Amino acid sequence: MTPRKMSLKQKYGAYTRGLDWKPTYQREDDVFPFAKYEGIKIHDWDAWEDPFKLTMDAYWKFQAEKERKLYAVIDSMAQNNGQLGITDARYLNAVKLFIQGVTPLEYQAHRHFAHLARHLPGAGLRVAAQMQSIDELRHCQTQIHTISHYNKYFDGIHDFTHMHDRLWYLSVPKSFFDDATSAGPFEFLTSISFAFEYVLTNLLFVPFMSGAAYNGDMATVTFGFSAQSDESRHMTLGLEAVRFLLEQDEANVPIVQGWIDKWFWRGYRLLSLVGMMMDYMLPKKVMSWGEAWETYYEQAGGALFADLARYGIREPKYADVAKAEKGHMTHQAWGIFYNYTHAAAMHTWDIDEAHMAWLREKYPDTFAQHYEPRYRKWREQAEEGKRFYNNGLPQLCQVCQIPMAFTEVGDPNTISFRVSEHGGDRFHTCSDGCKDIFDHEPEKYAQAWLPVHQIFQGACGGATLPEVLDWYHINQGADNMDYAGSPEEEQWNRWMEGRRPVVPVAAE
Amino acid sequence: MIKPVSISIQNTQDGFAIVEAILADNPEATSNPLPAMTKVDCPGRLVIRADSVSERLGREWDPQEIHLSVISLSGSVDEDDGSLIIFWR
Amino acid sequence: MATASLHPGYTGPVRDRVENFNGAQLVYVHWEEHLNFCSAITLPLPPQTPFAALTGEILPSLYAVDPEWAEVDLSKARWMLDGADWTPDPARSLADQGVGHKSLIRFWTGPSATA
Repeated sequence: MTPRKMSLKQKYGAYTRGLDWKPTYQREDDVFPFAKYEGIKIHDWDAWEDPFKLTMDAYWKFQAEKERKLYAVIDSMAQNNGQLGITDARYLNAVKLFIQGVTPLEYQAHRHFAHLARHLPGAGLRVAAQMQSIDELRHCQTQIHTISHYNKYFDGIHDFTHMHDRLWYLSVPKSFFDDATSAGPFEFLTSISFAFEYVLTNLLFVPFMSGAAYNGDMATVTFGFSAQSDESRHMTLGLEAVRFLLEQDEANVPIVQGWIDKWFWRGYRLLSLVGMMMDYMLPKKVMSWGEAWETYYEQAGGALFADLARYGIREPKYADVAKAEKGHMTHQAWGIFYNYTHAAAMHTWDIDEAHMAWLREKYPDTFAQHYEPRYRKWREQAEEGKRFYNNGLPQLCQVCQIPMAFTEVGDPNTISFRVSEHGGDRFHTCSDGCKDIFDHEPEKYAQAWLPVHQIFQGACGGATLPEVLDWYHINQGADNMDYAGSPEEEQWNRWMEGRRPVVPVAAE
Repeated sequence: MIKPVSISIQNTQDGFAIVEAILADNPEATSNPLPAMTKVDCPGRLVIRADSVSERLGREWDPQEIHLSVISLSGSVDEDDGSLIIFWR
Repeated sequence: MATASLHPGYTGPVRDRVENFNGAQLVYVHWEEHLNFCSAITLPLPPQTPFAALTGEILPSLYAVDPEWAEVDLSKARWMLDGADWTPDPARSLADQGVGHKSLIRFWTGPSATA
């Protein structure tokens, strides 16, 4: 008699819950010491059901197939001088920001999902966390592998893990993730799986990968989509995990709401780097930050929070602020990087006329009035040989660690300054969102390693900028400063000679 | 209000067949092409039928192969041997 | 609200206590309505720094890269310290007139100084 083939759902049950057992000679609370201290109450772990019925055997099969596809592209890229196919060398700065800022987070995610795969009491969730842990390691590795091709030709990529731990703008993504991994397992799930992966990750990966495709960066598109195919599973895990917490006990609702509020705002602030990349670093543009926000947050998020309303969950606090700021945020972020390009491992540049016209069209209510005049003034200074660099070090937000450049809602000429007192000290934050987060857990955020303050404590290699840049491992004169006059610009123009007429960048 | 669900699929040979099958099986679905990907939106609920995709590919297509082509989705997921459904509860 | 923690009473080092700055204290300064300088600027200053040194040496070293700075008359500027209107005395030190660790000094120049 031939054995009966199990249905997908039976097989999934056998490979997840079927592998679980109850501890007998140790107490459950000792086996899972992190399960209760956050105040989350779970009555029935068996009520958890993973939406995708992916079992380990199928997982290996599909992941292997994804790898084969990806490595075919990486080989092709190396064999065919793929670096020549991108639209412009300035595009590569988006890739630099990605490998410096995002790739190390993939590794942190790998580590922490491994922790969840050990410490969550439910077998279904543990298996999902285990797969995600392996996914995240794969993402980290494939990103490094793919981008290593560009490292042969472009600056700023060579020491990204070292830079991630030290550079002022990379403390933004680093501290974001440190915040999540130093929280309990349920806050981590809500922060990374739900608020970041489900609600906001589309804003990171989809426009970035689509932008890479549009700018001839075949390698990034391929690792991006290869990773993003896992991301759909992660997002769904986030949504189902939050739904599970909400269904298990009414007392979980206010705790989860607090986390949603916090992590929506944390994620939104982090995405200002992505939004800047979309609006400023892609020579050929797919969609503006404002449009992406409407599609992926206002529409998709609107449906999501309408669905969660049955549990008593409302839209994240300050979602209205994010909506109101959407015509300003990316311009203010670009301004930060333009101010401090001399201390960054990437380039910024003059915004040319075609780019300004695009920004006016995409941001009709804000760009021409508030940002265009600033860029024109900077251009004048650059043309006089006095390219504007900020000689001081910026004030940083105690929570998001971004230079405090964001303005009051409805008043784009006035910086939004917030301050809290804790233990006799002042702590400055950039917004009501970040101030609420500080005030809720001041003993956590008072510990922040703020790069500017560390420099002034003498902890960053010395008292002068060149000493600090050496400590960052920035190759001065190549990794940093304006694109105009950079070795990369010179190289790109040389490559393009004979391919198309060479036009000065600013006049293009 | 009927809440929209959506799925974004890579522009690959398999991906094109999946999008075609969705559009054929879900009359209210609309597709929006972007560089390298296609986003399909549908009010309320969207089904991907394995037989419908298989027919277009000319080979047996396992719904779990969706993991090779999907980029993103919005909605809850239910998966069984013959189909994958995206829906709001 | 205390941080939820495995061990009650959780706390950690406050990394930016004034003792960590080798005798200086941090002061933030911001030239209002000049957002070509993207944010306020952080300065490590001895508490005994006279206000006149701030206006005479330090601020020009930061802001003179803007051509408009040449027109600025700081004696007519409007000042705010930690959220309150402030009339600084050039001869006295920062500490003497209420500037503490991580104080924020905002100032307005030109027509908006009198607004």
